[in-house]
Amino acid sequence: MHFIVCIKQVPNTTNVQIDQKTNTLKREGVESIINPFDEFAIEEAVRLKERTGGKTTVITMGPPQAENALREAIGRGIDNAILISDRAFAGADTWATSYTLASAIKKIGDYDLIICGKQATDGDTAQVGPGIAEMLDIPHVAYVKKIEEITPEKAKVERMMEDGYDIIEMPLPSLITVVKEINTPRMPSLRGMMASKKAQIPHWTAQEINAESTNIGLTGSPTQVMKIFTPPQRPGGEKLEGSPEEMAASLTDKLKQLQII
Amino acid sequence: MPNQINVISEKCVGCSLCVNNCPFGAITLTERPDHPKKLKLAVIDLHKCTFCGACIESCKKFGAINLIKEEPIKLDIDPSHYKGIWVYAEQRHGEVSPVVYELLNEGRRLADKMQTPLSAILIGSRIESKAHDLIQHGADKVYVFDDPIFFEFQDDCYSDILSHLIKEEKPEIVLMGATNIGRSFASRVAARIRTGLTADCTALEVDLSNRNLQQTRPAFGGNIMATILCPRHRPQMATVRHKVFKPAPRDPNRKGEIIKKTVDSSKIINRTKFLEFIKDTSAKVNLSDADIIVSGGRGLGKPEGFKLVEELAEALGGAVGSSRAAVDAGWIPYSHQVGQTGRTVSPKIYFACGISGQIQHLVGMGSSDIIVAINKDPHAPMMKAANFAIEGDLYEIIPWIIKKIKKSRGIEA
Repeated sequence: MHFIVCIKQVPNTTNVQIDQKTNTLKREGVESIINPFDEFAIEEAVRLKERTGGKTTVITMGPPQAENALREAIGRGIDNAILISDRAFAGADTWATSYTLASAIKKIGDYDLIICGKQATDGDTAQVGPGIAEMLDIPHVAYVKKIEEITPEKAKVERMMEDGYDIIEMPLPSLITVVKEINTPRMPSLRGMMASKKAQIPHWTAQEINAESTNIGLTGSPTQVMKIFTPPQRPGGEKLEGSPEEMAASLTDKLKQLQII
Repeated sequence: MPNQINVISEKCVGCSLCVNNCPFGAITLTERPDHPKKLKLAVIDLHKCTFCGACIESCKKFGAINLIKEEPIKLDIDPSHYKGIWVYAEQRHGEVSPVVYELLNEGRRLADKMQTPLSAILIGSRIESKAHDLIQHGADKVYVFDDPIFFEFQDDCYSDILSHLIKEEKPEIVLMGATNIGRSFASRVAARIRTGLTADCTALEVDLSNRNLQQTRPAFGGNIMATILCPRHRPQMATVRHKVFKPAPRDPNRKGEIIKKTVDSSKIINRTKFLEFIKDTSAKVNLSDADIIVSGGRGLGKPEGFKLVEELAEALGGAVGSSRAAVDAGWIPYSHQVGQTGRTVSPKIYFACGISGQIQHLVGMGSSDIIVAINKDPHAPMMKAANFAIEGDLYEIIPWIIKKIKKSRGIEA
């Protein structure tokens, strides 16, 4: 079976602190990492290959430096990688990104299951996975927390919902987006790191994936950013003083005054 | 002409204002050894730049960045053919989701301003009785698709029926809840009808001159807000988080039209098969719906600390949340995790007990009405974000809070 993973390189915000003066992210020296949710997608693809045999491919749309993310995925056990990169893709919204990735997957051709992280931590939209599925005209299930069964014909998956989980059977080929609960990603192995160094990663341009110029990048994006601004700061808080008992009493009084309790 | 952006090297002084303001990390400073004053130069990575213009704002003083936006392409559609605002009336297991009433309230406001009707779209099985309720909460029309095929939510059939109705009726705006259901199939619908979709909006406004919906949403973990337009396509689609808007008041005398649509289920795409729903019985109070949340973090020091957190939550009638650190330590299941990789919540009051307030946590609860932080470290970011900050040992303080709350409610501890 062939498992394709779609990943995104995002700024690492894990250890980033807020600048107390300007109340913005301290951006200096922020490195790029694989979107944290995509690590679960990569791990799941590697596990599925171990379970059923076959091969795994990772793809990303991004600038040339996104190749680092693909190499890391190979280090974590993925077989092949393709970078979808073209200046014409810049400024793509979720529609144009879904279109671009779907066009690349069409070019790859044979696949059984596409796996995406549930969302990327920079945009937080969760829209690209289902968008790709629609453009490839295959079914999808989002928020998958477990693949119970998989055969070349179908998969049985658990979908996390607010009130519990649903069990759904889907024919293959299809697409899933996965949540953190699905697995614990392994660290890159020595063998993986060797492979990652040696891997030849093709770069596919808009022309090579037969993408229509009116459907990619900023031009192909239905949504446009009108303005960007820093959110208003929370008004400064109050530090309660006194003994634990006094602080507890003063808190309770304040919450009562605000009619919260 | 495509978008163009460039730095005017004679004007750039290498001050880094634009570097700090670029939401996409597309600008870096480079050395200019040949410059008489050795000033640095800003360089824009066109692979990352989205031509948003944030750098132009930041460089007002020097005017060193030049942006030429491409001529707006003419509308792909004729907007005058598109009328009305729709709210997708999400239901799960026969119950209309609370976010729907909030969307009806905001939808009503926008519809009145735009002088256009507000419709609700109800898809499910044996749910027709809910249609009146939607009218009483502000809808002028309710389209009802009632068929056993819609008993459980599946992306294929829900996307298929909603896209067909959009193509037939041509609404101007479609609003949906940013729930697991909404976020899963709204994107499929937008992909199919080739229109824009803005996720997780926290504010909506309309420009009457061109009837564009101005959709404001947090990006980059809530550190930046972006206002998004969908100027060339219709309908304009947006998902909105639960608890962003107030629910619509109910008016029992309100009248409206109920349009029952016939469903030929043999023609609906439905490739997946729903097998079973397993209810989560562990959580007493649903985190996303809770008005009061008491969360514990690494500062609890041990898994038993959650007993105290639970006790406080119980005294307040609230739900129990946690930081990622406490989940990773195995002290509490993932379903309680609040933050970027967990749930986003906005209760009336949020207690952060021993949570330092990493940015990933803050973005998941920063829109709470009141934040109470209890922490040993007065410099923890959470103590700065809090309305009420209590410095000290939470094992000493929380029992006192429980006592005081019980006392104020007339229950002697």
